[in-house]
Amino acid sequence: MRITQGTFSFLPDLSDEEITKQIQYALDNAWPLSVEFTDDPHPRNTYWEMWGLPMFDLKDAAGVLAEVNACREAKPNYYIKVNAYNANYGKQTVGLSFIVQRPAEEPGFRLERQEAHDRTIRYTLHAYAADAPHGSRYNGHQ
Amino acid sequence: MTRNRPPSEPDAPARVGFGMGRPSGAAGPGGGTGMGTASEPSAEADEREILPMDARVDLAKEREATGIDEVFDSLDADLVGLTPVKTRIREIAALLLVDRARSRFGLSTSRPNLHMSFTGSPGTGKTTVALRMADMLHRLGYLRRGHLVSVTRDDLVGQYVGHTAPKTKEVLKRAMGGLLFIDEAYYLYRAENERDYGQESIEILLQTMENHREDLVVILAGYKDRMDTFFVSNPGMSSRIAHHIDFPDYTQEELEAIGDLMVGAEGYAFTPETRKTFQEYLANRRAQPRFANARSVRNAIERARLRHANRLMEATEAVSKEELTTLAPEDFRGSRVFTDDDTNGTPNT
Repeated sequence: MRITQGTFSFLPDLSDEEITKQIQYALDNAWPLSVEFTDDPHPRNTYWEMWGLPMFDLKDAAGVLAEVNACREAKPNYYIKVNAYNANYGKQTVGLSFIVQRPAEEPGFRLERQEAHDRTIRYTLHAYAADAPHGSRYNGHQ
Repeated sequence: MTRNRPPSEPDAPARVGFGMGRPSGAAGPGGGTGMGTASEPSAEADEREILPMDARVDLAKEREATGIDEVFDSLDADLVGLTPVKTRIREIAALLLVDRARSRFGLSTSRPNLHMSFTGSPGTGKTTVALRMADMLHRLGYLRRGHLVSVTRDDLVGQYVGHTAPKTKEVLKRAMGGLLFIDEAYYLYRAENERDYGQESIEILLQTMENHREDLVVILAGYKDRMDTFFVSNPGMSSRIAHHIDFPDYTQEELEAIGDLMVGAEGYAFTPETRKTFQEYLANRRAQPRFANARSVRNAIERARLRHANRLMEATEAVSKEELTTLAPEDFRGSRVFTDDDTNGTPNT
């Protein structure tokens, strides 16, 4: 099941050229960018791991793309996303965030029902990938 | 520059003359000086198709379209002397223009190695030329953004293990699409301390200079003798730099011309006597140690302005516009260069 999180996630995966253009759009708006990765696909997992520090004062997309590629190489079977922070509102808000890599196979989620008091049923999502311990999901070798 | 196109070429004139084509993915609307963007769309269309074998490209028009002549003109107007430097810059520009013309015929144009080293005494204009170089390379389409990131050892080398690589990489990322100017680059390598982190920084620099050749241009600058030692101990660096440009010291006349430019830019003027005193000042100052060429001239003028202001404040009567803008000989006479044989007191940077 294809994860759809962030901008462009309903489109086919972006090519490097398209990613470069999106990064350049963010840089032209003076949004600093950062690269993050995770192997926990849960939609409420907002805290992905940081690949290096956010990149400030960049002018050209090549620097960010180099970091994306470095992250891809180190984390071949992880989700990787690029975030652009928009500080125009006086606080750090995400201006743009999109996935630039996903695992080859995404097993998806199962629906879990929890029986609570008085015949109440609570529903929750459980990622099949999350059954394996962190670091060995998605046939990752990390 | 071939302008003589045979008249028997019906379709050549329609194609040539749009010189603004840039390497793919270049220069968005936000970046750089935005010179001549009006002709860009047609240039883009025309970049893709390869010209027929018998077509002709008007290099003079190509050159005009890049706006490169403006850079040259301002180089000539603002920078006195430096003939070898200007010659080399023109050569580089010519090569880049010819390469662009070649690429329009589908001829192979490997991107030329543009990394440079600027060597010369203090105050010979290395930083100024680097700024112009960034602008020039941007107009020729070899830099996507054309900004200059000026750094020294402190910005590249860390203080503890594992600190250097991220620091250097961050600077390199900031310089992508533009020009990285490393001032006093010889400090990066310290032969006397083999555990110095500078070496690590040099290795990362070398790697990036090789792998990201189309993304950034690196200029190393420093004093001639120390840069030579630096290159001897880092042969890899030396061989990756195509252009070793030496900035000669200014002559007396050139320094005077520089002084004139600076005084004019500040809205002051010399009287004939002041000019004579100024020439005398320069002659004396040049003979003294730690003479920093144009920088010393700037400092001399700054101090003359101070004395000038002080003199006017002490005068009791009202001042005219002429008095406000004219530097008198005594404004320079007050300098230690004239009074002091012991040169220690002369500020020189």
